[in-house]
Amino acid sequence: MRDVYMVSGGVSKFTKARPDRTFQPMVKEAFDYAMNDVPNLTIDQIDGSVASYFSDHFQRQLMSGIMVHDYLGLCPKESKRVEGGGATGGLCFQTAWAEVASGRQDVCVAFGFETMSHVNTWKGNEFIALASDTNYDYPVGGFYTGYYAMMVVRHMHEFGTTREQLAMVSVKNYQNAFHNPYAQKKMKITVEDVLNAPMVAYPLGMLDICVMSDGAAVCILADEKMAAKLTDKPVKIASVGCGTDAMRMADRPHGDVILLPHESPDDYKGLKYPGVHSFRAGRMGAKLAYERAGITNPLEELDFVELHDAYTSSEIQTYEDLGLCKYGEGGQFIESGKPNIDGICSVNPSGGLLACGHPVGATGLMQAVFAFWQLQGTIGKHFQSDKLQIKDAKRGLIHSHAGTGTYVTVSILEKPF
Amino acid sequence: MKKKETKLPETEEGTVLFNVPLPEDLSQLKKMSPIIIKWPYHTDYIHSYGQDSPFFAGLANKKLLGTKCPKCGYKYATPKFHCMYCGSECDWFELPLEGKIHTWTTCYYGGQEFLKETPFNLILVEFEGVDSLLLVRLVGISQDEIRIGMKVKARFRRNSQFKPTDVYFVPAE
Repeated sequence: MRDVYMVSGGVSKFTKARPDRTFQPMVKEAFDYAMNDVPNLTIDQIDGSVASYFSDHFQRQLMSGIMVHDYLGLCPKESKRVEGGGATGGLCFQTAWAEVASGRQDVCVAFGFETMSHVNTWKGNEFIALASDTNYDYPVGGFYTGYYAMMVVRHMHEFGTTREQLAMVSVKNYQNAFHNPYAQKKMKITVEDVLNAPMVAYPLGMLDICVMSDGAAVCILADEKMAAKLTDKPVKIASVGCGTDAMRMADRPHGDVILLPHESPDDYKGLKYPGVHSFRAGRMGAKLAYERAGITNPLEELDFVELHDAYTSSEIQTYEDLGLCKYGEGGQFIESGKPNIDGICSVNPSGGLLACGHPVGATGLMQAVFAFWQLQGTIGKHFQSDKLQIKDAKRGLIHSHAGTGTYVTVSILEKPF
Repeated sequence: MKKKETKLPETEEGTVLFNVPLPEDLSQLKKMSPIIIKWPYHTDYIHSYGQDSPFFAGLANKKLLGTKCPKCGYKYATPKFHCMYCGSECDWFELPLEGKIHTWTTCYYGGQEFLKETPFNLILVEFEGVDSLLLVRLVGISQDEIRIGMKVKARFRRNSQFKPTDVYFVPAE
C-alpha cells in the first residue's frame, strides 16, 4: 500500500438551516475553498470522489451523491457513496484513503453533507431512530438520546461518573468553539447552565446533546508524488482503523476488555465488557489504528483528538475507548484538565459536534479538515485567529462514531514536514 | 446564558400560494429569498416480522419468547434466529416473566411518533440465566424511584397490537 496524504480541505459553515441553497452548491462552497487552498490542483488531476451522507429521508432525494459529483464537474470520473450512520464521514475518509493507498487513484475527493433542516427536530429524531432495529427497538424507544442515556446511566453505575463531569465536557467544547468561526453555536456556558437546561432523557439535558445542522465538508487526499506537487504542507494519514458492534444494545456481550499496549488484564478485574457502558467498536478501531501507526501510549503520543461528542457522555466514554485514560476514569479525566485546549492532549479543540453542529455526513470530514489545519499550523489563517492553534502539533487523531457504537472509525494524522 | 427572546412558536401551518412577484431586472434574482414549500409524505409499509413473528405471537398469548443456540447454548432475550457467535439456527424458549433492571432512562422528548407519549421510561431487562437483554417500557413509577437492579415483572396488553410494546414492565417490589 502507498502512503496517503491530505493536501486540502474545506467546510461550509454549519448552521441550523440553509434554505438559500440545495445540497449541491453547499458542497461546492466547501469544495471551492479546498481547491483554492491548493491552486496547483486542477479538476483534470482529480481521479474520482467518495460521497458521504447518512439519510435519504431528510431531503427525500435518492442518489444525492451523483448529483453533487456532477455539480462539482467530476463526471465521468469514478465515484461511490459510503454510508454508516454517524460514522459515515469517517468511513468516507477511510474509503478515499483506500482509493489512494491501493494505487487506484492518485487524487481523490471525499465530500460529505447533510440537510437536516428539511424536517422539524422531532421528525429528524424519528428518522435517526430508524437506525435501530425496527422489529424490537424503534417501536419501544424510538429516540437515540434515550439509548445513549441508558448507556451513560450504566456508566455512572459502574464507575461513579457524575452529571457534573458530563457538564464539564460541554463547557470545555463550547469554550473552544467560541473561537471557531465555523461553529454553529457560540455561547459562554457554565456547568450550572448545563445542569439546569431542560432534561431530554435522564441524565442528558439540552446542553449535553449536539443539534441538527445543515452543512458540508470536503477533504482532498493524494499520493506522495501528487502531494509534493500540490502543497509544501501535506499531512500524512499515518493509519486508519475501524471497529464494529451489534446494532441492538441488548446484544452487547459481557466479556473481557480488549487491551491496548499500555494496559494489563489486572486493570480490569471483574469488569464486564463492553456491556452497554462502553463502545467496543471504538476500542477496536483505536487498537487497529495504534498498531498500524506504532502508537503504544496514546495520551503521550497524540497532541490532540477530534472525537465524536454527539453527547457529553460519549466524549467521556470515548476517552476510555481511545485509551487516553483507563476504563472507568473518563470522569476524572475531564476533571484533570488534560483534554483542555492547553492540556496534555486537547480533545475537540474545534468545539466538537456539541458546539460545531452535526450535519451527519459532513461531520467526520469536518473533523479531518480541522485536524489537517492543526497539523499544518494554519488554524490562524482559516479561523482568522490562532487562539485554537495547538503549538507544535505533530500528531492528531480523528474519531467518527455511528449509532450506539455500531461503526467507529479512528484515523491518525501526522505532520511530515 | 443569553435570555430567550419572547416569540411565538414556529408551526408547520402555511398558506396556499399560486404566484409570487418577479422583478423585471433578472440580475436581482440572486438576492431573492428561497421559496419553501410543504411537501407531505405518507406511506403504509407492508412490514413482515419474518422469522421474528413467533415473538409477537407469544406477546399476544402473554408469553415472552427468547431464542437459544442449540450448539453453543447462548440465550438471547431479544430473539436472534441465528446465533451471533457460532452461526447455528436457534430454537425458541420461554423467558421468565420477572427480571432486573440492567439500565434505564426517562425520556422527556422523543421522535415525533412517540412525542405524545412522553415522559416515558425505557429499561433494559436482564433475566436470570439469559445472556442478552430486552428493551421495554417501564410503567407506573417515576424517574426518582427507578434503580438499577430493581426487580420488575412483565404485563401484557389484552388486545395485542402486534408491536414489541404489547409487553411492558412494572415494578415487582
